[in-house]
Amino acid sequence: MSLVDLNIKQIHSGLKKKDFSAFEICQEYLGRIKSKDKEISSFITVDEEAALNKAKQADELIAKNSDIPFLFGVPCAIKDNMMVEGLKCSAGSKMLENYYSFYDATAVKKIKNENAIILGKTNLDEFAMGSSTENSFFGPTKNPVDLDRVSGGSSGGSAAAVSAKLSAFTLGSDTGGSIRLPASFCGAVGLKPTYGSVSRYGLIAFASSLDQIGPIARTVDDVKIVFDSIKGKDSLDSTSLDYKEDSFDFSVSELKIGVPKEYFVKGIDPEVEKAIKNAIKKYENMGAKIEEISLPHIKHSLACYYIICCSEASANMARYDGIRYGYSENQKSKNLLETYLYSRENGLGEEVKRRIMIGTYSLSSGYYDDYYLKAQKIRTLIVNDFKKAFEKVDLIFGPVSPFLPFRIGEKIEDPLSMYLVDMYTVSVNLAGLPALSLPCNDPGKLPIGLQIIGKPFEEGKILKAASFY
Amino acid sequence: MAKITKQEVKHIAKLARLNLGDKEVEKFEKELSLVLDYIKVLDEVDVSTIEPTSHPFKIKNTTRKDEPVSDKSNDQAEKIIGLAPDTKNNYLKVKPILK
Repeated sequence: MSLVDLNIKQIHSGLKKKDFSAFEICQEYLGRIKSKDKEISSFITVDEEAALNKAKQADELIAKNSDIPFLFGVPCAIKDNMMVEGLKCSAGSKMLENYYSFYDATAVKKIKNENAIILGKTNLDEFAMGSSTENSFFGPTKNPVDLDRVSGGSSGGSAAAVSAKLSAFTLGSDTGGSIRLPASFCGAVGLKPTYGSVSRYGLIAFASSLDQIGPIARTVDDVKIVFDSIKGKDSLDSTSLDYKEDSFDFSVSELKIGVPKEYFVKGIDPEVEKAIKNAIKKYENMGAKIEEISLPHIKHSLACYYIICCSEASANMARYDGIRYGYSENQKSKNLLETYLYSRENGLGEEVKRRIMIGTYSLSSGYYDDYYLKAQKIRTLIVNDFKKAFEKVDLIFGPVSPFLPFRIGEKIEDPLSMYLVDMYTVSVNLAGLPALSLPCNDPGKLPIGLQIIGKPFEEGKILKAASFY
Repeated sequence: MAKITKQEVKHIAKLARLNLGDKEVEKFEKELSLVLDYIKVLDEVDVSTIEPTSHPFKIKNTTRKDEPVSDKSNDQAEKIIGLAPDTKNNYLKVKPILK
């Protein structure tokens, strides 16, 4: 057994017992990245020197005091849309190819405070816009389970790095499924926390009312450890909220699980449907009560989501002006307008432009009421659907995606078919709920994720329920 | 079917400060029409009595004290300016706005 096979808990106890050093684990991971990541491309930046130095320092600290936090000395990686001081932060875009962070995102600062070892930055769809990581300026991240297939997106690099054992855990971000989908496709465990439970300070904004940072790891326990480390109110993010600590202690037989009838309709891959139904059956056999529920407006969530996320994205992307930072055509331009037009034309990729266009259209005079305002109203209906459902059940179970990991190139030319990949995940962001992707297919087959959705701030209940699987 | 014209594509691109080549205009004409057509499913829903949601939770504006925060490193301003593509004497250089 190699050191990269250990999960966070095992690393923690091994370091405490001095079975191995933080330096040794770090070296082992860096070596594996060197040999394996050429074919997977999960990393954009690997910071070998700093990682080894930090690991050395960690070993000096532990020699003095072996009372260490859980993430102490644990090698990890950060999605390349979060600030890590001193490292490039590209957001997978030509626009920010040479952008260096001069501060830490709050979530990053928190894991650094526990002396986690940051190995590098992971690949993503440009500005987190995509479902396959094929939209990265640096090329796609391949699925470690089958290199001809996509890793899912947008946190494809983060999920693939965990799955290929190139990192013990990673941080991702989820706006419409960007943690859960790649976790599902790569066979990792990924948590999209309640909106506001993890500070977004230092996360490059895509759609601010939907974006949320969360962990991807190999086990449910590991995801919980990382989430506990990064959650909590932050004065630097005014939308972050006090985390109401609840301890959830229950047995499976006390669980009431809701399964929306709208989830199993035409379009879902039969293999996915079978795996999800088997997983639900397993809970039923363990004693959980399964109840069919209805989310009547769920069929409108995708259209609603794309209007809202593109509208917010078009506003957030306005900051890339070729003047303050990022790719610029300023020197070649004759006037300010040309600086804007050409810096954005040549610095931004196709999907980002597409979303800016959809968003600008939805917000433009004459269309605002028909598109953006209407979508906001549908959002209310979707929020209410979930509220009603959670009056009857504890958790909602369903698929993460209707599809198995698809082949690289299969959907990239057809934006609409790519958007359909997100049909089960976007509603959770619209309602601000927490949700987990839990691997549920037989080993050796293409991974499939069971999605477990909970009430706001009930991550603990989701994780406890997942631990029974 | 929702049909968006080349003229509209060009108008939206101008609002978004995106320069588009002829090929891109043609591509977006097709793609945006398809996407807008898909979005039309929302017309099935009567929302006349529904309030809009702009944020998942009803939180009020939160403020913090407006106090200067000193950072351990004092060279942040320099680093920020250093990221700008075109500078002169620690100022950002901008092309003329008025002709």
